Amino acid sequence: MKLTVWTYEGPPHVGAMRVATAMKGLHYVLHAPQGDTYADLLFTMIERRNHRPPVTYTTFQDRDLGSDTASLFKTACQDAYARFKPEAMIVGASCTAELIQDDPGGLAEALGLPIPVIALELPSYQRKENFGTDETFFQLVRHLAQPMERTERKSVNILGPTALGFRHRDDVTEVTALVNDLGLDVNVVAPLGATPSDLTRLGAAHANVVLYPEHAETAARHLEKTCGQPWTKTVPIGVGATRDFVRELSRICGVETTSDETRLRLPWWSASVDSTYLTGKRVFLFGDATHVAAMARVARDEIGFEVAGLGCYNREYARPIRKLAQEYGVEALVSDDYLEVEQAIAAAAPEMILGTQMERHIGKRLGIPCAVISAPVHVQDYPARYSPVAGWEGANVLFDTLVHPLVMGLEEHLLTMFREDFEFSDAAGPSHHGGAHKAEAGGQPPDPRSTSGKMKDEELHWAGAAEKELRKIPFFVRGKAKRNTEIYAAERGVSEITVETLYEAKAHYAR
Amino acid sequence: MNDHGPISGGTCRDTPVLRERGQREVFCGLTGIIWLHRKMQDAFFLVVGSRTCAHLLQSAAGVMIFAEPRFGTAILEESDLAGLADANEELDREVARLLSRRPDIRQLFLVGSCPSEVIKLDLDKAAERLSAAHAPHVRVLSYSGSGIETTFTQGEDACLASMVPVLPQTDARELLLVGALPDVVEDQALQLLADLGIGPARVLPARRRDEAPAIGPNTQYALLQPFLGETAAALDRRGANRISAPFPFGEEGTTAWLAAIAAEFGVDAKTFEAVTSAPRARARKAVAAAAATLSDKSVFFFPDSQLEIPLARFLTRECGMQAIEIGAPFIHSDLAAPDLDLIPEGPVISEGQDVDLQLDRARAARPDLTICGLGLANPLEAEGLTTKWAIELVFSPVHFYEQAGDLAALFARPLRRRASLKVEAAE
Repeated sequence: MKLTVWTYEGPPHVGAMRVATAMKGLHYVLHAPQGDTYADLLFTMIERRNHRPPVTYTTFQDRDLGSDTASLFKTACQDAYARFKPEAMIVGASCTAELIQDDPGGLAEALGLPIPVIALELPSYQRKENFGTDETFFQLVRHLAQPMERTERKSVNILGPTALGFRHRDDVTEVTALVNDLGLDVNVVAPLGATPSDLTRLGAAHANVVLYPEHAETAARHLEKTCGQPWTKTVPIGVGATRDFVRELSRICGVETTSDETRLRLPWWSASVDSTYLTGKRVFLFGDATHVAAMARVARDEIGFEVAGLGCYNREYARPIRKLAQEYGVEALVSDDYLEVEQAIAAAAPEMILGTQMERHIGKRLGIPCAVISAPVHVQDYPARYSPVAGWEGANVLFDTLVHPLVMGLEEHLLTMFREDFEFSDAAGPSHHGGAHKAEAGGQPPDPRSTSGKMKDEELHWAGAAEKELRKIPFFVRGKAKRNTEIYAAERGVSEITVETLYEAKAHYAR
Repeated sequence: MNDHGPISGGTCRDTPVLRERGQREVFCGLTGIIWLHRKMQDAFFLVVGSRTCAHLLQSAAGVMIFAEPRFGTAILEESDLAGLADANEELDREVARLLSRRPDIRQLFLVGSCPSEVIKLDLDKAAERLSAAHAPHVRVLSYSGSGIETTFTQGEDACLASMVPVLPQTDARELLLVGALPDVVEDQALQLLADLGIGPARVLPARRRDEAPAIGPNTQYALLQPFLGETAAALDRRGANRISAPFPFGEEGTTAWLAAIAAEFGVDAKTFEAVTSAPRARARKAVAAAAATLSDKSVFFFPDSQLEIPLARFLTRECGMQAIEIGAPFIHSDLAAPDLDLIPEGPVISEGQDVDLQLDRARAARPDLTICGLGLANPLEAEGLTTKWAIELVFSPVHFYEQAGDLAALFARPLRRRASLKVEAAE
């Protein structure tokens, strides 16, 4: 038993819904009690979809449990087939139905429906949403895709985009352009927008682009084995990664490396002098492994931030994320406990967070600006405008996304110069946000003792004057100043931090 | 409109109910925790369930509105399913940890879910055990919010019903209001009653455990919500007497509700008139503003919260709408009767749901306004139907005179919005 307040991932059947809802002509019959239909609103409200997810819930009740939930399931399957006439069906159980062990797969098979019916085994008490997307997509591919003659022109499949993904819709457009630049065709994009019959054509492609490994890696490995299709390991998010991706894809497809970079603006935006103020800003990254890994590279190598901490919630990618963290000289946080994430962020005292919807709230509480870079996200992160994060335009979008929450260059200086000004103080927040940004604790700067996880009251003490001086430092660098001073003091065995210590530390860490 | 004479023809009370079962597009009873945990300020709601339960709560709450809410889910894991003895031990440990971290908590609700019901984890017994362990500072109660037993607002009913047996005893002749309303609305109701000379009135649930009402054979109680059937039955078992009335929505509903209580407590007509005439006039005026948009429009209710029947009464009688179908997840015939009596026959009254069949009926009827859940609203809008999310009716202050105009406006806004937008959807 594990006490949970907020979760990063839903149960695995929600992952299956993300695949089913992304596709066309597929129907999901879910053995589930009343109430599990809440999941529909994730798609119709948060993602603003204008159709109901293609899911039939059997809606069993207390009184059915003693009698016959199995025939309820069979009726639901038959009715769903008759009403929706899907090309294929997936069937499975939600957490409660898993306990009553009706065997949806066997029941559905016995009905002899004239379409492929694929049974899903998604262990609700062990696994989570991303396992559900990956496993569902794999089962669909395993049942529907076959080795077949390749397309005459060289082509690739784009695998991984689902419903409720972070910017999946626009990433597909952008990556399609990268593929076409290489003179390659896109054979099938799946699951997003694909029909079951499209999946039967997957084998015709020469290679697979795995856009989001957490949703498509198992399927890609299967296709490699059965259809001999190589697949890309680089996720084209950020300038460097997109260039690597183009090279990787051209190598595995045996075509010349070429890409039209005329739309790419990030390098100049980053090089222009206004961006100098971004240098060394400490950022903390948390989200799904794919986006965290890609954004860490963008943050450090393409915007000039310092990575103060990183981690992911999907445990399946713990190993690569730990390795990545080592390269960045930080310790990886692999956890789906949002309180633990909040603690780690408070301890690292970054100047900005790159995270999910959860970290946006953590940032709000701690008074740290946050840009959202990964699912789960809320309705405002499904923008109406074209807003990819992959490919060349994706890099441009990322520059804007990662810079927008911060206080801009000259304003930073003005705040430092006039820090006692009652109208123009740091509590008012960045002016381009209308001064709405404030820490929830009444806009007061956090007490030096309360936020640092590393500081021990017994060993370190801030003298009153030093504490006052610390509060004069604008909020966006205060965390760094405080942390540096404490490390400086601790290394020298200083127990009371004075104004002197503060400025000595400042000189010590001067860049 | 606003001419509330007696109904001469038949009423919806005589209409046979269309009972359906099939796929239900509704929340389970756990959802009530979203408002109950704000209402009871020293209570914590611990769902014993699955990851799905936790995911439902955060999705229904609009994802993390409150930094640290007074609810959480003890997620059952593989090992808990293997042995119930271990599951009980785990539960005791999680509760002890939770209570030590939150010393402000005075009452803890263990909330049963579908998985905990299916594996027959006895939360009543667990509550007794934990109550003994953590008394007197914390009292532990249990109820089920599972989807196999409860629909949406039935969770609040189950919660309040679980509190009734532990309420202190009194022989005082007192009025008890039952139902969790926003504090501002509750205060308005208490003020109106005080002005009528009825008091002190008590409220269940109280905002804090120490303020819990005492009840007994002389307690007269009035329900604030139509979905509190189990709570009413529990109060009846304690000897309390229910004052039957239409529910206090709109000017007419509020007046009828107050009048029933005033009659029970012997308030004279002159006092009643003096106290209610000004707010009645205000409510009529405010409703009239929205009714201009609603008048002569048709309305179709999908089942959601059991508020459907009283709201249909408000919309048909005070706003001039025509009801096509009034769907409710469950109909307590006793509690719904005073409202059904006021709705002229005509609309289909349906209980339960087979969502695909009901969607077929709605599409055929093409109502001007469809009241439905969040899973259906956008798909129906995309088909050209104007919708109102039903959940907002549960989450907003809509009871009594001063909110009557707001209530009407909630229904009018989608119609005004559709009329005011001059953009067609892209092809």
